[in-house]
Parts: sequence; structure tokens; C-alpha cells
Amino acid sequence: MKARITVTLKRGVLDPQGKAIERALHTLGFGEVDHVRQGKFIELELPGADAAAARAEVEAMCERLLANTVIEDYQIELGQ
Amino acid sequence: MKSAVILFPGSNRERDMMTALEKVHGARPHLVWHGETTLPDVDLVVLPGGFSYGDYLRCGAIAARSPIMADVIAKAARGLRVLGVCNGFQILTEAGLLPGALMRNGSLKFTCKFVHLKVENTATDFTRLFPRQAIIRCPVAHGDGNYFADSETLARLEGEGRVVFRYCNVAGEVTPEANPNTSLNNIAGLMNETGNVVGLMPHPENFIEPLHGGSDCRPLFESLLQAA
Repeated sequence: MKARITVTLKRGVLDPQGKAIERALHTLGFGEVDHVRQGKFIELELPGADAAAARAEVEAMCERLLANTVIEDYQIELGQ
Repeated sequence: MKSAVILFPGSNRERDMMTALEKVHGARPHLVWHGETTLPDVDLVVLPGGFSYGDYLRCGAIAARSPIMADVIAKAARGLRVLGVCNGFQILTEAGLLPGALMRNGSLKFTCKFVHLKVENTATDFTRLFPRQAIIRCPVAHGDGNYFADSETLARLEGEGRVVFRYCNVAGEVTPEANPNTSLNNIAGLMNETGNVVGLMPHPENFIEPLHGGSDCRPLFESLLQAA
């Protein structure tokens, strides 16, 4: 089973990289763009087909390493 | 005074730190590879600056989970003194030994220059030989030194006097202009609840003798010697 993990900065945490990207998009003419946030995307594979067990394991990985929950939120998507 | 410096893949300030410790303490520190599982018998452990694991995932994140860190965390809980400088500070926050997180500098630039610091707390084993509210010069060299903690944690740190070093100008004023990385409350360094773990972004090991241009930071190492 594949797990796709998206890690983003929490709301309220200043994201200077997101801001820099936003300014660059404005420069390119995408002036309507707002609230750009940059994050990370992590993909991994797990053996077994039990989605609940896989989700629990990936959550543990996020809590212990993949995300820093002081500043980041994560979302997990399971699939093939 | 026995000390150890931990070497992670990508550390690059371990030599400077070992030289400073040896010059002030008179004894050569142990250099301990991160893959070891047990620390030697020491009075102080130092996590040096650098780019452990190439800053992959987050600065200090992977180093904080390396084998030796389990023993550092266990012994810190029993009172062992731990000092983290720059990447070492990042590792301490990632390991949960210090609260908060160090994020990308607000400027998005790597900042390498001299700053002024106010020694906010001189009642610690790391700072007892500094004059009260001393203003010192110290070099910084980092891209991710922007200290963040939620407002509750920040209030607790301030209330308990756990902000040890704060960026200020030459007159000792804590201003946004004196802050090289947009850290909350101009925080440059802090300590844990029990005062035996201290992390700071600036590099005190690089300002301890006349050849460096000054020795403002020497009292940090002298304080540790006296405490030991």
C-alpha cells in the first residue's frame, strides 16, 4: 500500500518561503494569487492491505519524525 | 572537566568547538560518533554546528533521532549538562530537549556576521561568570535560526527566565533591526526547565581569544568549568 503524506506549516506560523513564492507569482502576472503556503510531499510504501493499520503506522511516523508538530500539520492519503 | 563533542555526518564546527573547550578547560574533549550508543563519562556534552544530514527533512531532525541521542536524552534527564550551538540548538529542539522550533530566517538569507547579545540570565551554570545583563559580541552563521514557539510556551519561557541570550544592538536595546533572523522576542538562546540544557544559534566557540578579534564569549566556557 502506498501512503502519500503532505506536511505543511500550521496556520499562524509565518511562512517566508510561501511569501517569496507569492511575490514571484505576482511578478509573473498572477496578481490574484493569495495565501501561498509551501510544504513537503513524502511518499512511501507499506506491506499489507489493512488501511486502518497502515494509517496508524504512518501517523506514528509523522508524529515521531516526518512532521515537527510544533510548527507543522500533516495529512495522510492512502492508496495503490 | 571532561567533555564530549558529538560528531554527526555533516557537522562542521566540531573542530572549533573542541579547540575552544581544550583551550579553556585544559583537557581534550572526546569526539563521539553519532552512531555510538553510550556517552563516555563526562561533565558536559556539546552538539556542534554544521549541517547534519545535509539539513534533509528539517534542520537537525534526523540527527535528533540518531543512536547516541537516546543516551544524551536519558542523561540530560538526570542532570548532565548539554550545550547545543547552531545546528546543535536545532537538534536539541528536534529531540524535545528544548521547546519550540528553529525555522528559516525571515529574510530567507543565510546570515554570517557579528551580532550583539544580551546575557539575560546570569544565574545559570553556563553564564554565571558574565556580568549581569552583559552585552557581548558573537558571530552568527545560519540560515535557519528563526526561533518559534506558541504564545503559551513563549510566555512560560519568558516568565521563568529561560531566555538566556537575546539579540540586541550595541547599546543593549532589543530591536527588530538587531534581530538577524526574525526570532520571536529576539531569542538567541534558551535553557530547559532544569537549567542543564542550553541551546543558542550564535557561535561562542569562535570568539574566545584575541586572535578571533575578541574574547567576549570566553566566560561561557569558564562558567561551565567552574560549575563542573
